[in-house]
Amino acid sequence: MAHITFVEPSGQARSVAVTDGWSLMQGATAAGVEGIVAECGGSCACATCHCYVDEARAAELPPPSAAELDMLAHVAAERRPGSRLACQIKATPALDGLVVTLPERQE
Amino acid sequence: MSAAMVVVGAGQAGVQAAEALRAGGHDGELLLIGAEPHAPYHRPPLSKAWLAGEVEAAQLALRAPELLARKRIALRSGVAVTAIDRGACRLALRAADGTHSALDYAGLVLATGATPRRLALPGADAANVHVLRSRDDAQALAAALRDCAARALPLVVVGGGFIGLEVAATARKLGIAVTVLEAAPRLLARALAPLLSDWFAALHRARGVELVLGAAVAGFALEGERVVAVQTADGRRHPAGAVLVGVGVRADDTLARAAGLDCDAAGGIVVDDCARTADPRITAAGDCTVRRLADGTLLRLESVHNATEQGKSAAAALLGQPRPFTATPWFWSDQYEFKLQMAGLSAGADRWVRRGDPAAGAFTVFHYRGERLLAADSVNAAREHLAARKLLDAGVWPAPALLADPATDLAALAAPSGPDSAAAGPPPLSRP
Repeated sequence: MAHITFVEPSGQARSVAVTDGWSLMQGATAAGVEGIVAECGGSCACATCHCYVDEARAAELPPPSAAELDMLAHVAAERRPGSRLACQIKATPALDGLVVTLPERQE
Repeated sequence: MSAAMVVVGAGQAGVQAAEALRAGGHDGELLLIGAEPHAPYHRPPLSKAWLAGEVEAAQLALRAPELLARKRIALRSGVAVTAIDRGACRLALRAADGTHSALDYAGLVLATGATPRRLALPGADAANVHVLRSRDDAQALAAALRDCAARALPLVVVGGGFIGLEVAATARKLGIAVTVLEAAPRLLARALAPLLSDWFAALHRARGVELVLGAAVAGFALEGERVVAVQTADGRRHPAGAVLVGVGVRADDTLARAAGLDCDAAGGIVVDDCARTADPRITAAGDCTVRRLADGTLLRLESVHNATEQGKSAAAALLGQPRPFTATPWFWSDQYEFKLQMAGLSAGADRWVRRGDPAAGAFTVFHYRGERLLAADSVNAAREHLAARKLLDAGVWPAPALLADPATDLAALAAPSGPDSAAAGPPPLSRP
């Protein structure tokens, strides 16, 4: 279990307890967080679950796969150093307290 | 107060349309009506992670009911729309408990999806013959796979299309023996270049699937209520603990047809590129539609991309802001550790150009008709897939030899006026 704070495009922050093994996309979507489209349902095929991981903690996450890096080149909003696809990050206790900001637009 | 906008169908297209209606400025009542008892969910994982038991229902959520509620989208799950009275702008509804009611609409989006085809053979409705479309279908198939695994019985997949092959891959992953019966001489013949059909056939065979091409299913052998084998016209008998029939879908246009809206004989509510029907108060989106192109021909697409884009257009048209959807279609399929990504429409291709090495498991095949680039199919090559989409969106048709050359930067070709390509010198492009 990891408590993740999702900051919606409006600035509204929502804390979600994400079950270990769930992707951050799944955790946020199931909890009704706004700002994730996730058109492909978590297949790393659409780049519409783009998020900005707190840059200070980004290095704690397993690095993006080649496929995720390819898709990150296709995100609609600005790509930043903390840019990730939320469907590719699995929750673990180590991520507790992580702040994840959702961009203005996903497509 | 403005009158209600109603979206019928709470799948990908319907959810997108409802959200786009709200985001596009509709401030009044907005209803999203789904026939299934579940809140909106993602279908793509059903043939993969869900079937393999790797995810639970809550992980399939497409939009949580509370998010829809915050957007003032009233979700009505388990409610069937039984008729449209276009003169009165009124829907007839039947709730899960059987009660009937009526609902007036100012604007209506039909996003009723599609229904899997079944085989017209005795035994096709046996308890262990499955189709896969809904979460409930997937749940029943998952139980059947567990039964096959426990009793060491094979799964027979009728139809080597995307659903059939994805399920075959999942079943192999679960250690189940799999036979795939495909009627055509090659896999995915309507979608893929011959080289890719052969590549996927070799992949599935290498993973232990018994793949029979040119197979004509002749009948089911029954023992009691259950199918125990699938018979083919060549006299062979393929033992089965369970059967998945994946022979395509029929667009669910029943409501629209009964209401007198133009529908294709082969299935599908006919819409224009703005998702409009002939009735100005009714639009349609997703798998239930067929699109009339500028040349008068009909295009049928069954994909998440089509559902989301048409959903947005269907909403925009009802808000008086027509939004043509003409972007390059794209689609994907996950089988084993391979991701196939397709861009464009390959029908009519007369030559194919390969980039990358199929033996290495990462490559793209570009489809051409003459000089014209029609489509690209990529395996574990997301970068090339994305570049192909940009090329096709821009109508840029690079010479085949240029695309085949691994030294060519596809992304630069797709953005010929960008600073990078200018520095490298303009590539030799051909344009329509």
